[in-house]
Amino acid sequence: MLRLELVNISKQYPAVKANDSVNLRVQPGEIHAVLGENGAGKSTMMKMIYGAVRPDEGEIRWNGQAVNIRNPQEARTLGISMVFQHFSLFDTLTAAENVWLGLDKALSLAEVTSRITEVATVYGLAVDPLRPVHTLSVGERQRVEIVRALMTNPKCLILDEPTSVLTPQAVETLFVTLRQLASEGCSILYISHKLDEIRALCHHCTVLRGGKVTGEVDPRTETNAGLSRLMIGAEPPQLQHRPAQPGAVVLDVRGLTLPKEDQFGMNLADIRFDVKAGEIVGIAGVSGNGQQELMAALSGEDPRAEADSIRLFGKPIANHSPRRRRKEGLYFVPEERLGRGAVPTLSLAQNTLLTRTEAVSGAGWIRTGDVAALAQALIKRFNVKAGGPDAAAKSLSGGNLQKFIVGREIQADPKLLIVSQPTWGVDVGAAAQIRGELLALRDKGCALLVVSEELDELFEICDRMVVIAKGRVSPSVATSAATIEMIGEWMSGLWDKSGNVDGAASTKETEHAQA
Amino acid sequence: MLKLEARPEQSRLMSIGSPLLALLITVVVGTILFALLGKDPARGLYIFFVEPLKSVYALTEIAVKATPLMLIALGLAVCFRSNIWNIGAEGQYILGAIAASGVAMTADKSTGPWIVVAVLAAAVIGGMVWAAIVALLRDRFNANEILVSLMLVYVADQLLSYLVYGPWKDPAGYNFPQTITFLKSTQMPKLFSGFRVNGGVIVALLAVAAFWVLLFRTYAGFQLQVGGLAPAAARYAGFSSRKALWTALLLSGGMAGLAGGLEIAGPLGQLTPYVPAGYGFAAIIVAYVGRLHPVGIVFSSILMSMFYIGGELAQSRLGLPKSLTGVFQGLLLFALLACDTLIYYRIRWQASRAPAARVSVISTEKKVA
Repeated sequence: MLRLELVNISKQYPAVKANDSVNLRVQPGEIHAVLGENGAGKSTMMKMIYGAVRPDEGEIRWNGQAVNIRNPQEARTLGISMVFQHFSLFDTLTAAENVWLGLDKALSLAEVTSRITEVATVYGLAVDPLRPVHTLSVGERQRVEIVRALMTNPKCLILDEPTSVLTPQAVETLFVTLRQLASEGCSILYISHKLDEIRALCHHCTVLRGGKVTGEVDPRTETNAGLSRLMIGAEPPQLQHRPAQPGAVVLDVRGLTLPKEDQFGMNLADIRFDVKAGEIVGIAGVSGNGQQELMAALSGEDPRAEADSIRLFGKPIANHSPRRRRKEGLYFVPEERLGRGAVPTLSLAQNTLLTRTEAVSGAGWIRTGDVAALAQALIKRFNVKAGGPDAAAKSLSGGNLQKFIVGREIQADPKLLIVSQPTWGVDVGAAAQIRGELLALRDKGCALLVVSEELDELFEICDRMVVIAKGRVSPSVATSAATIEMIGEWMSGLWDKSGNVDGAASTKETEHAQA
Repeated sequence: MLKLEARPEQSRLMSIGSPLLALLITVVVGTILFALLGKDPARGLYIFFVEPLKSVYALTEIAVKATPLMLIALGLAVCFRSNIWNIGAEGQYILGAIAASGVAMTADKSTGPWIVVAVLAAAVIGGMVWAAIVALLRDRFNANEILVSLMLVYVADQLLSYLVYGPWKDPAGYNFPQTITFLKSTQMPKLFSGFRVNGGVIVALLAVAAFWVLLFRTYAGFQLQVGGLAPAAARYAGFSSRKALWTALLLSGGMAGLAGGLEIAGPLGQLTPYVPAGYGFAAIIVAYVGRLHPVGIVFSSILMSMFYIGGELAQSRLGLPKSLTGVFQGLLLFALLACDTLIYYRIRWQASRAPAARVSVISTEKKVA
């Protein structure tokens, strides 16, 4: 008998048909991958199983019987648990209190605490129940979420993109836990767009594209290319990669130290690295290790750093405003597209005015014709699917808006372009296009700094890499000399083999002093 | 069953239709209100919505009352678009009136008509100074501008009382709390003889044009609005939030002050404790009903001024309390806030599918149990 079955499920949203007559069959004890690009309908499908969204048509069967799951509470009563991509934990509470809050039954906090330790030992999920969540690393937080999901002895566990916040080593640990769970008869629905992981972990794979099921395969016998064809309907485009021709140093960060501004931020400690013209330097690291703070200091959104600590073409710029830095050639693409990189309710044309002021006269008048023309040019050159310059930014899909924003900064002809999460939440086609544009910009002699949580992406486009961990940055390593394992180890902060990170930093300091 | 459904995009039709629908709801509720008060609803509505438009005199009176509302609401619209909540336009209006009076009192028989310019300039500065206190406290000490600006209204009120009961009291005024009646040279020229309406209307209409240009054709106006719509985007772009705070508060303070000055240099002609007529608060409603858009504000200020006059007429003709004006203003704002939901949502009539579904759930629950 099947553990879970979805029969001809459809869900219509105002603008799109998120699920169009989809079927899903999950055996007990099976690790079942749901593969698809962003917007393919994976999340909608999971939300319907978890009771957060109701299907318009079709039937959900649980252990062979038709059920109507009205809310997540009912889903949990049936034995369905979910671990979300974005954690829903209260930072100021302890791990145990967070788990306790999420439970329906009236257990005492002490009972919950001992149960957590129990579950944690059985599945090798090291979690200290008494620590406040804000002191936990992202990997630990995810373990808290998984423990919370396991507290109710689920028969089906849904994991939404669980590895996007983990180091490669932590991914391995997670897989061990998941395999153990499956061997005990728990079905696992594993949502991802990472082909290697699916092939390594899952028994069965349902592929979604545009709200429809495009294939059901055994991922262990498939190739990446085969899965990718099912997912996007084509082979992923190949990038043109020429050898880098690094020139003079453009960005020089030396001794950047910055106390955190918000309580749950990260202190930046003595950060040193440089970026030369004509090369792409990548910053790898698990999110929440100081990337946000470093980007704010580099972009000028946080101008508190000591003037000397950030230099552009040798000139100290750490106190300059973002607008002044743009005049000096530094352009920046933030990771949040809506609300930071673009104002959601304003048109694309108006959104060009955030960073581009060619259409503003000396006296501060806006030439609306020029603004619209610039937006139209960007739409055309970067192949943005949009209603036109007057379309509101929020009406675009993630990938198209990202193409527009990256295009807006590239077309400004920057001398240094800093990009945070260039392809986060972007479909494969758009991602390939954006990476191609970044490489083309590099070949024209621009210096690029790219922050990404996706190691594959960094290995694909970067010439050199540094790793950020706990607010510190590792020495740089040429991509050709780096391995996934090594970078993964560095992501835990262990880049000095002897474990003496301070020693490495001070050696670099003397180098600088000598230079 | 009625169901609210998110629209994929906000409805343009509804953003214009919502104020009209709100007005309709206000009229309907007003009708019920008149009936409950034992008055003929038709006559009540006639007095509120037709009487104020019937004669040339009535129309000019609407213009007299719409002028301060329009000026204050323009400034507030910029504030609210920048996400800065200046609730104390009434106080800035009072300070404008006080400053204008201070200059107007210095006039003597030999003063030329140029003094009107000085009177109005003083009014603008007075309003700005009062708003600058709010900006300073918010900027330096992160004090909540809603509370500070509101509290300053009462301070301004006390200051006004002190002046008219004390140092500025007219020595020949039989001890009434009021200043001297200002000389004719300090007054705005009237547009037509025999009517109270004066050049202030033209100032207000010019201000409408100026604010439209500021908001939609200048980079400064764009920066202000981005700060209100998406603070993180403003920070990313490098637009200073401090500059936005000061600009928006000084602009709205100056406009409220100007409105106060025009009252002194126009219909009032002297400073009394009755200068604060609630225009500063009513203008908040005017700004919202006008969609924070300069052109919309022209229409909404006319509507609000009709309510003022309608309220006065209802008092004299129907014997209803004058507070009816406030009731109508409040009704309109509430109806508008409710109708604005329709910009982002649409109402769907769902056939009785849901109850049937519930039955099936109960049966499945039993099976599971």
